[in-house]
Amino acid sequence: MLTSFEDLWIHVAENYIVIVSIILFGIGFTMLLFSRNLLKKVVGLNIMDTGVYLLLVSMGYIDGRHAPIIADGITDAANYINPIPSGLVLTGIVVSVSVTAIMLSLIVRLYEKYHSLNLDEIYELRNKEENA
Amino acid sequence: MLQSLFASDFIENFPLFAIILCLLCAVISFVLSGSGARRLTYVLVSVGMGLNCSVLLHNLITGERFTYMMGHFPAPWGNEIAAGLLEPAFALLFGVVILCSVAAGKSRILLDVRADKQNFYYILVDLAQVAMFALCYTNDIFTGYVFIEICTLASCGLLMIREGGKPLVAATRYMIFNLIGSGMFLIGITLLYGVTGHLLFPQLQETAAAAWSSGMYHGVMVVSIGLTVSGLAIKSGLFPFHFWMPDTYGTATPSSSGILSGVISKGYIFLLIKIIYRVYGLDLFMETGIQNILFLFGIAGMIIGSVSAIRARTITKMTAFSSAAQIGYIFMGIGMGTREAMIAVFFHICAHAITKPVLFLAGGALIDASDGKRDFNALRGAAHRNPQAGFAFLCGSLSMIGFPIFTGFISKLYFALSAFAFPHKSMLVLLALAVSTILNVIYFMYVSVILYSGKTDPARRVGFRQQRTFTVAVFVLVLVNVAIGLHSQPLTSLFEAGLDLFLG
Repeated sequence: MLTSFEDLWIHVAENYIVIVSIILFGIGFTMLLFSRNLLKKVVGLNIMDTGVYLLLVSMGYIDGRHAPIIADGITDAANYINPIPSGLVLTGIVVSVSVTAIMLSLIVRLYEKYHSLNLDEIYELRNKEENA
Repeated sequence: MLQSLFASDFIENFPLFAIILCLLCAVISFVLSGSGARRLTYVLVSVGMGLNCSVLLHNLITGERFTYMMGHFPAPWGNEIAAGLLEPAFALLFGVVILCSVAAGKSRILLDVRADKQNFYYILVDLAQVAMFALCYTNDIFTGYVFIEICTLASCGLLMIREGGKPLVAATRYMIFNLIGSGMFLIGITLLYGVTGHLLFPQLQETAAAAWSSGMYHGVMVVSIGLTVSGLAIKSGLFPFHFWMPDTYGTATPSSSGILSGVISKGYIFLLIKIIYRVYGLDLFMETGIQNILFLFGIAGMIIGSVSAIRARTITKMTAFSSAAQIGYIFMGIGMGTREAMIAVFFHICAHAITKPVLFLAGGALIDASDGKRDFNALRGAAHRNPQAGFAFLCGSLSMIGFPIFTGFISKLYFALSAFAFPHKSMLVLLALAVSTILNVIYFMYVSVILYSGKTDPARRVGFRQQRTFTVAVFVLVLVNVAIGLHSQPLTSLFEAGLDLFLG
């Protein structure tokens, strides 16, 4: 329980990575949802994913330990950080790269067809086309 | 003899074989022609069905769940596949629906997809299938996320492969909503991983229960569960996130609409049910109160989806909005959370998965018989021009309404029965069921009357010979529908036994 202002600061200082990643997630999420520009939506998507990856990677990191690559013959697990979150982030990056590629290819085709990146304009043009 | 054959441990490899086979076929299809890729997909789906059927029989005989360790890394490090009775049963169902949808929409795929890209369509179908199998069988939450994304990519491809501006806009909209859903799911599981430190379902459940009872992590766990559940709910199209549906299902080639609405949205829902039961555990999930939100949004979806369907002016939009209403039924059942309601949910998943593709495919054929026009005026008398499609549409409509002898009736009956065992809110459930059913009757019967009204020129009539595959594939789905509707008891016992194995 937070009892004083200093306590709050201690919490913030201890969990600053979590706070930063949630803020990044929020920025990306809002952009993906509300921005009318398709390219900005893709940027938002990547910021959102980056926020999550930062959170994941920070969970696996243990202060004062090394990357999980055996060096100097030390096999004791207590010497290394947790490698699983890093592995998950790698997988996640692959996923978000492919999603970004598909989104960009969609945007290219939409731009070729409607000459616009604004989603509202594209809807309008499509509706005109439908009614014509 | 047969019993000992299916009891063999070797069958435990089959889920993985099915998944690898789909991936392999997707790769091989790159170098095949359109018709070659199509044949390969038929073979693949049939083999996949055989494999899933063997797993189902194996588990029926042994009466146990099995966990399959991948790559010889034991839990909690490795990746796992797990199968009880529900997993192979739903994988089998999804296989049947995919096969019938692709076969029935074959001629439309030839028209809608560019000649040099025909094989790509079947690659996407293979990928959608692999994602469905993996979502059914996986025992690892991060693998679940990866295959959710593969599924999103495949379904977006199935939409945008049709030529023209409208499918492109629809695919973009679909993709945006799906990415929002995946993002929420990802951060939800990340937060849960932060609390528990595990990814495999059994270990997750153990540590999540311990973390919850310690009382320290209530806030973060409620947020995590809320994000995960709403991510999957957005992806499956729960109200108020159903607005992408009419665009998406209305503009895609009928096979894609059938696969997307019948199978893919159900895959997400099955994963959600699996996560609720096998990761959070039902008791923990009920304590968070999130089920009440699902319950209310489900009911709202049932009513508003149907009202939107009544207001729709084209047959495809109407069928798409009706999907939103049916998804509402499923989430209402998940929100109720009782055993009876879950059996009803499984029946409704089944009913919707085998009925909606029939409606989309028959609707597509009726549009073709009306010079490609989708509005109700142009469709007047379409059932006389294409009697097979007209009859299939009528059967599908009756099943959606909940007419006896069809599966839709069984699920609605079970929903109504489960309402009585649901304290405090039984009146609300019954009222929602009654209103939604009346609304269903209004729009489906309105369309059916239009389809059968008026007379038509016999020269415009499409006969059985011109559409043999379509007729056979669609009527297989209708027959399955009637068979389950007439003999629901075996499936009820299967679902009950499956749910018991789910709960461990």
